[in-house]
Amino acid sequence: MKLKKGSDAAVNPHEDMLKGSKLSNEKKQRKALTIVLAVICIVYVFPVLAVVVNSFKTNTAVKTNTFELPFGEMWAGFDNFIKGMTFGNYPFIESVKNSLIITLISTALIVICTSMAAWYVARVNSLFCKVIYYLCVFSMVVPFQMVMFTLSKTADNLNLNTPWTIPIIYLGFGAGLAIFMFVGFVKSIPIEIEEAAAIDGCGPIRTYFMIVFPMLRPTMISVAILEIMWIWNDYLLPYLVLDINEYRTIPIHIQYLKGSYGTVDLGATMAIILMSIIPVIVFYLICQKYIIKGVAAGAVKG
Amino acid sequence: MTNDELATKNEPLQNEEVHESPLAKLSRFYWGKNRKSPLTRPLRKWFILFLGPVTAAFIIGFVWPFLQGIYLSLCNFQLIKDAKFVGFGNYIKAFTDASFMRSFWYTALFAIVSLLLINILAFAVAYALTLGIKGSNLFRTVFFMPNLIGGIVLGYIWSMIFDGVLSAFGTSIVQNSTWGFWGLIILMCWQQIGYMMIIYIAGLNAIPEDMLEAAKIDGANKWQTLWRVTIPNLMPSITICTFLSLTNGFKLFDQNLALTSGQPIVMQDGVPIKQTEMLALNIYNTFYSSNNSARGTAQAKAVIFFILVAAIGLAQLAYTRKKEVQQ
Repeated sequence: MKLKKGSDAAVNPHEDMLKGSKLSNEKKQRKALTIVLAVICIVYVFPVLAVVVNSFKTNTAVKTNTFELPFGEMWAGFDNFIKGMTFGNYPFIESVKNSLIITLISTALIVICTSMAAWYVARVNSLFCKVIYYLCVFSMVVPFQMVMFTLSKTADNLNLNTPWTIPIIYLGFGAGLAIFMFVGFVKSIPIEIEEAAAIDGCGPIRTYFMIVFPMLRPTMISVAILEIMWIWNDYLLPYLVLDINEYRTIPIHIQYLKGSYGTVDLGATMAIILMSIIPVIVFYLICQKYIIKGVAAGAVKG
Repeated sequence: MTNDELATKNEPLQNEEVHESPLAKLSRFYWGKNRKSPLTRPLRKWFILFLGPVTAAFIIGFVWPFLQGIYLSLCNFQLIKDAKFVGFGNYIKAFTDASFMRSFWYTALFAIVSLLLINILAFAVAYALTLGIKGSNLFRTVFFMPNLIGGIVLGYIWSMIFDGVLSAFGTSIVQNSTWGFWGLIILMCWQQIGYMMIIYIAGLNAIPEDMLEAAKIDGANKWQTLWRVTIPNLMPSITICTFLSLTNGFKLFDQNLALTSGQPIVMQDGVPIKQTEMLALNIYNTFYSSNNSARGTAQAKAVIFFILVAAIGLAQLAYTRKKEVQQ
C-alpha cells in the first residue's frame, strides 16, 4: 500500500515538490497517532487487569486499595479461587456446565433448524412461508420485556425449565435474526443448482445436506457466533425460565453473589469473574476472524 | 445480436407477465413463484421436517407469549389464570406512574448521550485504524474484546472500579445519581465502541480508493476529503450504527441492573423513586416487586416499551429503504 502511494506521489508534480517536508511530517503524525492509540489500548485493558489483580487480594484490600498490587498483607493467593468454587451455596462448576449445555445445544439447534426452515421459506415461498418470514422479522424488533412474564409462565407450563429443554425457547425467540440472515443468503444462490440435483433424482433431504448445507457454511458460522455471544451472556431469559434452585448459569451465579453484597468476599468474587472471563477471551482470540466477520454481517443485515 | 433483436426476444416474456390473470396472480401469491419447479414440488411433502420445528418453537417462544402479553395488558392479574379484563385502565396507570415517566426520560437522555459519544469515538478509532499504521490489528482486537463479556459481569467489574475511585471521595456509585449516569455511559462506551468500530471499518474499507485519490488530485485537504468524500460515502454504516446504539440504549437491562440496579432511591411526593432506573428495569421491577398487585400495569408498560422500540426499528427500516432507492 505504501509503495503504491509513493509511486502516485511521483506522478503528481505538486506532491513531488512538497515530498520532503510533507513525508517527515506525516511520519511524525503517524507516530503520535500510534502512541495515542496505544495509550487508549492500555486504558481499555485496564478493567480486565484490575480484575486479575484484585482476584488475588483479600476482601478488605479489594474495597480499600482497589488499584494497588497485592503485596504483603493484601495477598490472598489462590485461596480466593478455591473459595470461589463453592461460593454462594451453588458450585461454580455446575454453573459453567449449565452455561455450556445451554449455549451449545441452543446454537446447534438454531443453526440446523433455522437454516432448513430458511431454505424452505426462500424456495417454496408460499403464503404460509411469507407469513412465517415476516413474523420472524417482526420478532427481531420486539424487546424481551414484552414477552418476559408470559414466556416464563408458558415455559413453566410446558416443563421447559431445565438446561436440556430451554434450547426450545431459545430456538423460538432467537429464530428471527437467523431466519433473516439465512433467507437473505439463500436468495442470492441460483435455484438452478438445486433444480439440477432434483431432476437428477436427488430428494429434498439429500439436496439440502449435500448441496445447500455446504454453501450455507459461511452464514452458519456468522449466525452461530452471534447466537453464542447472545446466549452465553444472557441473564434474564434463563433467570426467569430455569428452575433457579437447581440450575444456574454463569451470569445468574454472578448476579446472585452481587445480591448478597457486603457479606460477600469480594476477592473470591473477583476470582469467579476472572474464571468466567478467561474462557471467553480465549474463545475470542481463537475465533477472532470469524467473530469480527459475523458481527459485521449481522449488523449490516439486522 | 442488435438491440432490436434483443427487444423482440424479450417481448413475449414481458407480455406474459403483464397479462397474468388476477387468478394466476393470486395463485402465485398463495403457492409461491417456484410452484412448478422440480425442486419445490417434492420439497413441499417434507413441510413438517423443514418448517415444523422452527414454527412450533416460534409459536411457543414468541407468538403465543406475545399475543397473551397484549391481552394481559388489558387485565388485572397476579397469575395468568386469575386475569380479569379491565380495559385501558392499566395504560392510564402506567402513564401516571411517576417512576415510569422518570425512567422514560432518563432512558431517552441516556440513549442520546451514549449514541453521540459511542458513534463519534468509534468513528474516530475506525478512521485511525484504517490509515495503515503499525499494530492496527492488535488495537482492533483489544477494542472489540469487551463485547464478548456479558452485561452482568461488565457491571460487576465496573462497579468495583468506580467504587475504588469514588471511595477516595467518600461516596460510591449507588449513592450518587450523577455518578450512576456517567458510570453507565462509560461502561457502555467501553463495551460498544469496539462493535461500532467494526462496522465503521467495514464501511471505510468499502469506499473506492480512486474516489479518495481523485479528491487528493483535485487538491482537497484531509478535512475536506473527510467531510465531503468519506462521510457521505459512509452514510449506510452511520445509519446502522446510530440505530443500533439507539435501540441498545433503550433496551439496556443487564448493565443497569448490575451497576446500580436503579439506586439511589429518592422520595418524591411520598413515592420512592429509583433515580438511575431505566425503562427495562422499571418494567422488571414492576412485575416482580414484593407484592404482585401491579402486574397488569407492568404488562401495559411492556407494551408501551415494545411500541417505542419497534417504532425506532421501523424508522430505521424505512430510512434504509429510502437510502437504497436513492442509490
